[in-house]
Amino acid sequence: MIPELGHYALVLALFAAGVQTILGLLGAHRKDAYWLLATGPAASTQFLFVAIAFFALMHAFVVSDFSVYTVAKYSHSAKPLLYKLTGVWGNHEGSMLLWVFILAIFSQALVSFGKTLPHTLRARVLGIQGCLSTGFLFFILFTSNPFLRLDPSPMDGQGLNPLLQDPGLAFHPPFLYLGYVGFSMAFAFAVAGLLEGRIDSAWARRVRPWVLIAWAFLTIGIALGSWWAYYELGWGGFWFWDPVENASLLPWLAGTALLHSIGVVEKRESLKSWVVLLAILAFSLSLIGTFLVRSGVLVSVHTFATDPTRGVFILALLTLAIGGALVLFALNAPKLKPVGSFAPLSREGGLLLNNLFLVTAAASVLLGTLYPLILEVVSDEKVSVGAPFFNATVLPLLLPLVFAMGIGPYLPWKRADFPAVLKRLWAAALTAGAVLFRKLAFGSARHRARGLAFCQQPSAACGTPEAVSGTLSGKPVAPSGSAGKFLRHVRRPYGHRRAVGWDHCFDPLANGRNSRDATRRRSDRGRLSHSLRRHKTRARPQLPGRSRHLSRCPR
Amino acid sequence: MRLKFLFPILVFAGLLAFFFIGLGHDPSLVPSPLIDRPAPEFDLPPLEAGAEGLKTADFMGRVTLVNFFASWCLPCKAEHPLLIQLQKEGRVRVVGINYKDKPEEARRWLAEEGNPYDRIGVDPSGRVAIDWGVYGLPESYLVDQKGRIRWKHVGVLMPDDWQEDFLPRIERLDP
Repeated sequence: MIPELGHYALVLALFAAGVQTILGLLGAHRKDAYWLLATGPAASTQFLFVAIAFFALMHAFVVSDFSVYTVAKYSHSAKPLLYKLTGVWGNHEGSMLLWVFILAIFSQALVSFGKTLPHTLRARVLGIQGCLSTGFLFFILFTSNPFLRLDPSPMDGQGLNPLLQDPGLAFHPPFLYLGYVGFSMAFAFAVAGLLEGRIDSAWARRVRPWVLIAWAFLTIGIALGSWWAYYELGWGGFWFWDPVENASLLPWLAGTALLHSIGVVEKRESLKSWVVLLAILAFSLSLIGTFLVRSGVLVSVHTFATDPTRGVFILALLTLAIGGALVLFALNAPKLKPVGSFAPLSREGGLLLNNLFLVTAAASVLLGTLYPLILEVVSDEKVSVGAPFFNATVLPLLLPLVFAMGIGPYLPWKRADFPAVLKRLWAAALTAGAVLFRKLAFGSARHRARGLAFCQQPSAACGTPEAVSGTLSGKPVAPSGSAGKFLRHVRRPYGHRRAVGWDHCFDPLANGRNSRDATRRRSDRGRLSHSLRRHKTRARPQLPGRSRHLSRCPR
Repeated sequence: MRLKFLFPILVFAGLLAFFFIGLGHDPSLVPSPLIDRPAPEFDLPPLEAGAEGLKTADFMGRVTLVNFFASWCLPCKAEHPLLIQLQKEGRVRVVGINYKDKPEEARRWLAEEGNPYDRIGVDPSGRVAIDWGVYGLPESYLVDQKGRIRWKHVGVLMPDDWQEDFLPRIERLDP
């Protein structure tokens, strides 16, 4: 009964989202006061129905209603309550519902907190949000309905993968989605601004908090996933340049660039079309990430069980959302004229430099991620692009960025006087010089290695392992390090899709113990040498994740 | 001037084209380089004391299905009934390579589930499997009368796979 209520609520939400779109976009176009005023309630209605659907699904997971296909496939009566709850988004259908739920939360947040916005801008933003909701609700209802029933219903569920029962996994997808979907606000504001033909400092002031929220959530989500990969999965590192990890890094890079440059619009009314483009890009990259995870065009540890219909559907959504926004950009952006002057040595100049680095880094990551796909389409060759490429292209871009980060805040707006800036930075420059000198003169190889590990920290993060679906292996889940093996298996050029499903399992100990240990030693060089120094008496330090992991193993 | 603003949509259109074509490809399907090549040389001891082991020369003369399995591999259980059925039908000879397993567990497993294998070779180190290019279990290979690998199947062998991929090839090899 309750799953059916959820199902109906989802259908009603689709209609509400449609109404929200029409009222918002047409109302703003016709400047019809009634339509404009009705947009907010339409958005609230949509939010209410999506919430009902979401909690109906959650209820089905909590009471273990195995007549619901999603529950039977991904839950189990013996799961702890917490993981029954979080199991809602541990699968494709449920996570799409969470996606739409968060989209509706953002719409509702705008209704609640955006009362001071000009009516037409607010209606347009809500209209675009409604448009996105409509698309994704269609997608859920037609290709990934989480409320489908099973008859007869099984005695128990199939989802008891101990790897997926971890707080890291339980909480990292919602944060990631809050980040991904949060950028939809920036996107909606950008498109609304293009429609209005007005991108000014007031616009920037209104978008900025939304960008900041989305960026903060995305950062938390990436960090949690990374932490999970390291401590629980024992992949032997924080970051693997897996396609889906990259998919979460891309919007983060674009979002970071946006967060910085939006200040230029706010303070100097310059870089307008660039900022609008970045706002569209940040969300587009989130959408492309969603597409990559769910369509199976790339091989990754994160891919859900894939289905070509879904891939085509998401691709159509991408085309409409991103293509539409970019066409609008091509038509309307040339009309946006900068107001202020622009000197190269100024805070806005520094921010532009920052953007240049970040966007180039994003482009490199995108190229590396999609290269196997592009090459396969063009030449039928199979390759995989791994860490060496990304380390060689992205790190040289991020290191000068870290350096510039120290100087940027000291540059004044409009025009900077370089000697004056240096004067303010002399203490910092002196310290940096001394540290650098000490490193170069006395630093051992170990120190240098640790230094590099430190530099990588800011970008260390992980994608959406909500999707390591299926049992990894028939064997009890092996202790840490083995999943790293698993990861490298999948990333080999001769990986195969079923690898991730349950019907083909990896021997976690394949290819000898030695290589595995070597890998762990390599990737943990910094940490291990560090702990070795601290506990000289212990011959071989234990990784923190290891003992905990063993205690989790079944059997 | 306008071109600058058209640039993003053009790039996106290019990406879309790749995505669309990419949807039709399966990035995980990689043809084995060993297809139509002689099976790697090996000589493995038997699972049961006194039984015969498995070596390359055993492939001569009959079309053989080589199945890599282990008692710890749950998916292997799923294809087990089909293997037993194939053994009964006798269209091909079914042999097994027991991959990185404890012999006593493998014996118990075969005693419980039934033994579909004509001969079994034990590969405790996984060396032979590496030569064959095995990187997960289960995997099955079709080897012809002259000891050449003709087809490789990765993952659980389902009746459909047998009908579509194996039977036509067997018909051609052994009409």
